[in-house]
Amino acid sequence: MDPPSSLKLLGSWADSHTHRVQLALKLKGLEFEYQEEDAINPSPALLLHNPVYKKVPVLLHSDRPVVESVIILQYIDETWADNPIMPADPFERAVARFWCHFAEDKLAPAVGAVFSSSGEGQKTAVDQVHDNLKLLERELRDGAFKEKRFFGGDKIGLLDIVLGCGSYWLAVFEEVMEVKLVDPGTFPVFHAWLKDFEEQNEVKETIPAIDKLLEYARGIRQMMLSLSNGTSTTAPAAAGTTSAINVAVDGSSG
Amino acid sequence: MKAVVLLDFWASPFGQRCRIALAEKGVDYEYREENVLGDKSPLLLQSNPVHKKIPVLIHDGKPVCESLIIVQYIDEAWPDRAPLLPADPYSRAQARFWADFVDVKFNECGSRLWKLKGEAQAAAKEEFIGILKLLEGELGDKKYFGGDAFGFVDVALAPFVSWFYSYETCAGFSIEEAAPKVAAWGKRCMERESVANALSHPDKIYEIVGVLKKKFGVE
Repeated sequence: MDPPSSLKLLGSWADSHTHRVQLALKLKGLEFEYQEEDAINPSPALLLHNPVYKKVPVLLHSDRPVVESVIILQYIDETWADNPIMPADPFERAVARFWCHFAEDKLAPAVGAVFSSSGEGQKTAVDQVHDNLKLLERELRDGAFKEKRFFGGDKIGLLDIVLGCGSYWLAVFEEVMEVKLVDPGTFPVFHAWLKDFEEQNEVKETIPAIDKLLEYARGIRQMMLSLSNGTSTTAPAAAGTTSAINVAVDGSSG
Repeated sequence: MKAVVLLDFWASPFGQRCRIALAEKGVDYEYREENVLGDKSPLLLQSNPVHKKIPVLIHDGKPVCESLIIVQYIDEAWPDRAPLLPADPYSRAQARFWADFVDVKFNECGSRLWKLKGEAQAAAKEEFIGILKLLEGELGDKKYFGGDAFGFVDVALAPFVSWFYSYETCAGFSIEEAAPKVAAWGKRCMERESVANALSHPDKIYEIVGVLKKKFGVE
């Protein structure tokens, strides 16, 4: 196998997709170089290595780029076989991939919508988050993940990483927006899983401190509110705001 | 019920991906038509409760959903023949990237070619041509996106070959002009039995587009 020093990650400190890759590399015990990217001003390296989407994360392995976090995670797992994060069985792999896609396609945009909306729109967004969480809760309680500690079984796996890195925004948004997203009474199994996940050492080392995330989210929310009040914003700032929150929550840019 | 069942809709490019993959692997299966424009069967609702959509592959009673996930599952469940994904991790990552690109960029933009009109459609056309050129670049002089062997990206994109005529006619441009290598690749794919048997005739797809346009209220 290549020496780990040939790994470089282009990422953004508040981006949940970046955290996924950092966590996976940590779980595999792989050293890597990290380069912070500004979503609004991508570096030449980022534009060179991800010309199609121009966003983080990008994993460079001996200067060859791999992009899209779920693809990167599978690449890492297939290149370094110890401490597997994907299940071995093809059906279980399909189930993990399905829920990863659900997290990206349904849950993350719904959570993002909570943050960027207000009034009736926000109520609708909160309901959508709850609908999505209900589906996950059911799967944890009675379905494919019944009686498992983590989605990956006894250890954190692909789906834990994908769902877990991003779920911390739920608590952040609850505080900043004063909405209830994950009520332990309604989603007991999901809530318990999330707490367990967040207690893992590698996770604690990866996810930024909650006060930094709160500060970041509050800052963006302020900008968004001043936007909708029609005060002082230029188009780039508006784009930057939406960009920043999109990057943070669901990895999309602009 | 056979060991392998595919819940599908005849015109669905996503279902066709699964049919192509199963044919490439020589897997015997039962095809069940779902009326996506009408009532969904109890089996579909039970097998895909989250999205209630086809295609769904049911293997020994266990459902697999989402076409690209199904194709990867088919590749992994029958690993001894006609590999669809390459062996080396980096090439696999590239294949997954471009297959995902077909969904997120090609199909998304392609659907706007017939859903929209006027300036919005013209903008979608420009965007789509840009997307075609990216695919053209990725294909290069290779026989298939997978190289010499028909692979994952080819399976992902091939069903949309029968949509080329609809895209061109609705938005007024030529795929052959914009991306001649992709056009030639499309014809090569149609020469494969697995693809020829799965795809709908372009005229039938154009009819379906007409139905969808009415449904979406596009004149």
